Amino acid sequence: MSLDKPYTDMPGTTVFDTDQMRRGYWLNQFCVSLMKAENRERFKANERAYLDEWQMSEEQKLAVLARDLNKCVELGGNIYFLARIGATDGKSFQYMAASMTGMTQEEYANMMKGGGRSIEGNRSRKEKPRG
Amino acid sequence: MAKITAGIFTSHVPAIGAALDLGKSTDSYWQPVFAGYEPTKAWLREREHRPDVVFLVYNDHATAFSLDFIPTFAIGCADQFKPADEGWGARPVPVVQGHPLLATHIAQSVIQDDFDLTVVNKMDVDHGLTVPMSLMFGQPEAWPCRVIPLAVNVVLYPPPSGRRCYQLGRAIRKAVESYEEDLNVHIWGTGGMSHQLHGPRAGLINKEWDNAFLDKLINDPEGASKVDHLEYMREAGAEGIELVMWLVARGALDPAPAHVTRRFYHVPASNTAVGHLVLENAR
Repeated sequence: MSLDKPYTDMPGTTVFDTDQMRRGYWLNQFCVSLMKAENRERFKANERAYLDEWQMSEEQKLAVLARDLNKCVELGGNIYFLARIGATDGKSFQYMAASMTGMTQEEYANMMKGGGRSIEGNRSRKEKPRG
Repeated sequence: MAKITAGIFTSHVPAIGAALDLGKSTDSYWQPVFAGYEPTKAWLREREHRPDVVFLVYNDHATAFSLDFIPTFAIGCADQFKPADEGWGARPVPVVQGHPLLATHIAQSVIQDDFDLTVVNKMDVDHGLTVPMSLMFGQPEAWPCRVIPLAVNVVLYPPPSGRRCYQLGRAIRKAVESYEEDLNVHIWGTGGMSHQLHGPRAGLINKEWDNAFLDKLINDPEGASKVDHLEYMREAGAEGIELVMWLVARGALDPAPAHVTRRFYHVPASNTAVGHLVLENAR
């Protein structure tokens, strides 16, 4: 019997469950390595060479090089781990969050000042009007 | 005997720590956040309210625990815990002093009460623990009390249920109150409130749900303990599931709190809704 996953209908959301964990193990462990200053330096000096030291898929490596965080999440990355890439780049968490929404950082920051993204229409894909 | 006198609940947004560390706490963006904690800071400065030990429930954000080991509940029994380098250098805050005697007493007691904690004797602590300390105590040379960290997994789904957290809180209270030394012990629950940090739904905030949750946590903790994972994620954002940790603290308090000493809610702090409560047990 397969596991029940009642959380897959939430729009724009990927729950980091045990399937995602298996998919993303090396991608996330690469991110952990960036907590050491010497590794951050080595990564910045030659990103591709540093990524090639890890047993990541080619798709995962390309997603990191492109800083495509939505793709990284899809391929098993978890946001708390992926945050190390942003920290290495000197980017704020809000910059990273904005990059996943298709908004500029300024648009995103203004949305947050205005009370954040509304829950209405965002609980489930079933809730969204079709069209 | 040791006694749990109060519970403090708060969000632990990393940007709050950064704002304080970089001297931005009086900026117009951050001022309302820090102002919301001033009454609690004043209350904590009164001798009778100052804790000897804080039992601090938080989550590690892929800092001490990578994907190699993912304990559901991990109790810190070390003498001290260093602030972690989370990728931009460690926060300039004091080293956290533990309380190994009380921590191991609690571990032994609650494991015998059927809660299978992981015992940790070496661990760095990240913003999940240090930001609440900064919010309550400001920027002292040394923290004014000892701390027992309880790291709860909320990174890998599923975290423990709210129900399990609540029951653990009750067992922790029983353990603390069987410790012979006279100690004023606080229990703090941290994380939340509504926020989502990943994907196209990032930035989600649900004020109505958050405030209903605060009401329920104060007045109907049994009911709050039955909120399921799916409701947290759907209504309060995928990362809003951190709120299960508040139930550990709530479980260690009186079912009807003697005093609701502080209640505060503010949006936003970076990506997150900030919620804060102080609840006191009957003396």
